[in-house]
Amino acid sequence: MLEKALHGSLRYWIWIAGLILVFCAGFFFYLRQLDYGLGITGMSRDVSWGLYIAQFTFLVGVAASAVMLVLPYYLHDYKAFGKITVLGEFLAVAAVAMCILFVFVDLGRPARVMNVLLHPQPASILFWDMVVLSGYLLINLLTGWVILSCTKKEIPPPSWIKPVIYLSIPWAISIHTVTAFIYAGLPGRSFWLTAILAPRFLASAFASGPALLILVCLILKRWGRFDAGEKAIQALAKIVAYALAVSLFFVGVELFTVFYSQIPEHMHHFQYLFAGLEGRHNLVAWMWTFAVLSIAAFVMLILPGVRRKAGWLALACAAVFVSLWIEKGLGLVITGFIPSPLGTITEYHPTGPEIMITLGVWAAGFLLLTVFYKIFVHVRGGREGSPCEPAVDETIH
Amino acid sequence: MTSSRRDFLKIAGASALTLVTPTIFLPAWAKDVIVIPPGQSLAPVKSPAARRWAMAVDLTKCAADCNDCIAACHAIHNVPAFGNSKDEIKWIWKESFASVFPGETHAYSGEKLQKLRPPVFCNHCENPPCVRVCPTRATFRRSDGIVMMDYHRCIGCRLCMAACPYGARSMNYRDPRPFISNIHSDFPTRTKGVVEKCNFCEERLAKGMLPACVEACRQKALVFGDADDPRSEIRRLLKTRFSLQRRAHLGTGPQIYYWL
Repeated sequence: MLEKALHGSLRYWIWIAGLILVFCAGFFFYLRQLDYGLGITGMSRDVSWGLYIAQFTFLVGVAASAVMLVLPYYLHDYKAFGKITVLGEFLAVAAVAMCILFVFVDLGRPARVMNVLLHPQPASILFWDMVVLSGYLLINLLTGWVILSCTKKEIPPPSWIKPVIYLSIPWAISIHTVTAFIYAGLPGRSFWLTAILAPRFLASAFASGPALLILVCLILKRWGRFDAGEKAIQALAKIVAYALAVSLFFVGVELFTVFYSQIPEHMHHFQYLFAGLEGRHNLVAWMWTFAVLSIAAFVMLILPGVRRKAGWLALACAAVFVSLWIEKGLGLVITGFIPSPLGTITEYHPTGPEIMITLGVWAAGFLLLTVFYKIFVHVRGGREGSPCEPAVDETIH
Repeated sequence: MTSSRRDFLKIAGASALTLVTPTIFLPAWAKDVIVIPPGQSLAPVKSPAARRWAMAVDLTKCAADCNDCIAACHAIHNVPAFGNSKDEIKWIWKESFASVFPGETHAYSGEKLQKLRPPVFCNHCENPPCVRVCPTRATFRRSDGIVMMDYHRCIGCRLCMAACPYGARSMNYRDPRPFISNIHSDFPTRTKGVVEKCNFCEERLAKGMLPACVEACRQKALVFGDADDPRSEIRRLLKTRFSLQRRAHLGTGPQIYYWL
């Protein structure tokens, strides 16, 4: 089926070329990082994780969100999602691939990455994260590919794939829970030391992932000759609205606990985030952007009249995606280190090379996603007798 | 010429195999493995037979403006000086009393307390979070209580830095060697990309010597010994003098004690 990705319009090839260009630029800077060391980034002794691990954390959520399609379709036989569950699974594959790349580029000694399997430490959450992420990648690649192949051949999916799909549901929950546990189990980092971190991660994941899927569906409808169906898109929009509401509620719960208890160790981080601390306020503008965007998106999504207009829906979904990227992909990871265990406030500024490497990984992910979705649209379009499908028939092969 | 095409392929195949064999038995990731010379061991050294190494800092003796312990430690351990706080590597350093013991000062704390600059180290915790989180066991706790680093196994993920509640760990964000003014050949230098920290001078303990910081302290403010031995000096002093530990409420069991 891979050959389907090799037929496309000029616009498709410009998009592909652009992604390859960004990826190559990122790769060039990664070689520089390999040569110089991680000192090429803005990370420091005090803020020892930055953009890379933040993107990783955010994208684990995007990956986990495939469950929001799989669960209604396979457990509740919600037919409207039948056409797009494969889209969710392929989004998960691309997102997990980005996660793995982000962890990899964050390693000080990447050549030794296999030490995690050679000298496994079951007490380490990072070890388990590697296990669940690789498993999730395989499960989604397998189910997505098998279902799509069967669609192409117009045969029902084999019966053995069902248990794998069912397995993917708890597995999706596990990847984000385990990722949250990386943070939530550290004794000295009061910002992360909260039992609600895993639920918070899941809630924001189930908003940001489906929001991206809606955007993709709207793009495919307009330019990609594939219509996911209004019913499916509206159902997804409702999922985004509820998940966003829960996500904002969890942030509120966190703020109450921290500020009503008045424990300085816990308050400092949130003060730094929303108001700045000791004159340092790098993230304040970002966090208020998050607050405004997410609340505006929530209002747009709960008003049925607004939600049903494609333009407004796209705007709301973009706002959800961007705001949750700020909250989880920027605020959550960096603020855990500010202030440091010794009370020092060291701010974090990502460097040019670091941003380029980050963009390079995103480009790699979107390249994967584009190829998967291109194949998907060809197979789907072909099946539905779209006139745009090339005349090459299966019988010829 | 009797050799057939089949013979030729056999020989070619066999020669190709000899090229591949070394990479099978010695893949790239295994090249870091160090060979231990016969008669030597990386296992915990039993020489002074301690069961729980610990250190106490007498803050009544420690001079705020003295950095002898830091200088001695950093010199013998080849700790680089980058000259910026971003890439900084430190095994011992000094902080204000309020930073070291948050919550132990108040608005009426005297000038004496405010002027203190307690030295801080790795606490060689009884229950070290860094060891718990390390995905490769590159950081581990020995039976004598020393929390050690294997610089050859560390992948540089920095989870231990996030886990340490004392900020005791430093990452080699770049190649440290050009920034070591005088390389001490008795101790390995590190490479870029690995994490390091105080090792309680295990290489000196193995030879029956005291840690370099203890030896360098002219005020005799540092007391080092086996806290598990009821007859040791540190144990006797810990029994009689009230001491503080850093963030002991976290359950890490820090083994650096401070006397006021």
